[in-house]
Amino acid sequence: MICLQYKLVKPFVIETFFNNVKPEGTSHLIVRPEKLSICKADMRYYFGQRDAAVLHSRLPMALIHEACGRVMYDPTGKYKSGDKVVLLPNIPGEDGFYAENYRLDSLFRSSRADGFMQEAVRIRHAQTVPYRRDLPDEVMSFTEFISVGVHAVNSFAKTAHSRRNSIGVWGDGSLAYVICCVLKSLYPQTKITVTGLNPGKLQYFNFVDEVLTVNQVEKGAKFDHTFECVGGAGSGAAVEQMIDTLCPQGTIMLLGVSEEPVPINTRMVLEKGLTLLGRSRSGKEDFEQAVKILQSDKTFLARMKYLISAEVEIESINDISKAFETAKTADFKVVLDWNI
Amino acid sequence: MMIFAGVLAGGTGTRMGNYTIPKQFLTIADRPIIAHVIDKFIVHNGIDKVIVGVNADWYQYMTDIQEKYYKGMDKLVVVPGGSDRNSTINAIVAKTKEISGSSEDILVTHDAVRPFVTLKMISENIDAAKKYGVCDTVMPATDTIVYSSNGEYITDIPLRSSTYQGQTPQSFNIKLFEEVYSSMTEEELKVVTDACKMFMLRGHKVHLVEGSVSNMKITYPYDYKIAQIMMENPEDDMFTV
Repeated sequence: MICLQYKLVKPFVIETFFNNVKPEGTSHLIVRPEKLSICKADMRYYFGQRDAAVLHSRLPMALIHEACGRVMYDPTGKYKSGDKVVLLPNIPGEDGFYAENYRLDSLFRSSRADGFMQEAVRIRHAQTVPYRRDLPDEVMSFTEFISVGVHAVNSFAKTAHSRRNSIGVWGDGSLAYVICCVLKSLYPQTKITVTGLNPGKLQYFNFVDEVLTVNQVEKGAKFDHTFECVGGAGSGAAVEQMIDTLCPQGTIMLLGVSEEPVPINTRMVLEKGLTLLGRSRSGKEDFEQAVKILQSDKTFLARMKYLISAEVEIESINDISKAFETAKTADFKVVLDWNI
Repeated sequence: MMIFAGVLAGGTGTRMGNYTIPKQFLTIADRPIIAHVIDKFIVHNGIDKVIVGVNADWYQYMTDIQEKYYKGMDKLVVVPGGSDRNSTINAIVAKTKEISGSSEDILVTHDAVRPFVTLKMISENIDAAKKYGVCDTVMPATDTIVYSSNGEYITDIPLRSSTYQGQTPQSFNIKLFEEVYSSMTEEELKVVTDACKMFMLRGHKVHLVEGSVSNMKITYPYDYKIAQIMMENPEDDMFTV
């Protein structure tokens, strides 16, 4: 079957392509994406903020790696036509020693493979997670994003020492919000402090124990562990504050993406015996756990709805451009109602 | 109530340069054009059954395609149609009655040589047929349409902003279609080959559904060439992983 794809051919320019989506074999499903969510990584491609060589080698490419959809065709009969699924952007490589999304031969949609801006997607059965129909699709569209938070908190649970009385989260964006929600869901007794820049966005963090702006942070051993969800130009300053405020042998979970190298005060890292752990790539288990939390924790689900800053109806390529422009100024997530 | 798709493959015209098989059986992207069309209706969640009406001379060829690509899929049915468009639709309608026969049933008819139909067009056809009884997929005319009743000189030039090019799907309530069809005179049936025109002649309002330039009908070698170029996609292999 011939299906439309919407690919970024150069920054700001999306064009229509046609793809042969074959309803053949038993390992793949055909899914119609219904709600998509824009991630910062997509925006870096769309607005041409990636290195020119990277853009040249990866475009044309369909963007968006956060999506949910409706099963159209399942040759195995495991899913019924119309079942709702979260789509995993991971295309795992062969080397099973490493986690699926860190393998050198793994691919990731909207990075080295086409993303979900398509009329219909042929996807491996294993790369889908079903969810109940009563769950809001607009939230389920960014399950991948939530799964990154789950992945980071799970890695933290395995690695960080067991004193978890106080955790500091740096960042006031969607990722910091998700991390706080996951931490509150899994560690309800832990004191959570959020440190951010934008007072307007920090208003959304009313469920944590303490909210600080970056200039309110004082030096001193305060946190058992910290999560960095800043990324970009602010990464260095955030890590510096974390090092200054961590208790000995604490863990810094790094999640923010920076295009530039970030200087780190290694003297103090050594003096305090800190652990720096980078975790931003979730796997199937993290997706399943994210869906499980969304299905079972009503508070968590309700908080996730506040992350939707805008929902844009997509019926044309112009609407896609509009959605990206909206995302540029939105506080949190922009969801695409994919009806193209 | 059931929603049927009727793929109209009654034509045997080749008009396609040196090829001698009907054009719906030519391949693009290693798959017969008609299979691309059937795929779209097979996977669409809103369609309960896909009925292909094929010219009797090519029935065996079509059942071989069914065997090769759709083995074990009972959503697909192939029926030998008549020699023209009307009799093919009638053969499909007869099959729908055999399967369901509810007065609410909808038939979404589509040309076997329009493989670029989108899931959205199909959904909008189903919705419009349910709501209005009959609909046609069209796109605004870009060329000026001129009308000539004698084939010698222009007798009318309709306002371009009000002219559209008819595509398919064309969709309707089956019971309503039967009423309209049975009321047609023999003279009318000789000249009217378009189901929507029949509805119009009997006073029904045919609702418009938005088509697209890419929903082209592969009729001439030129169209076939364009369709092949449209499918040249070096990124294809990404989807085999």
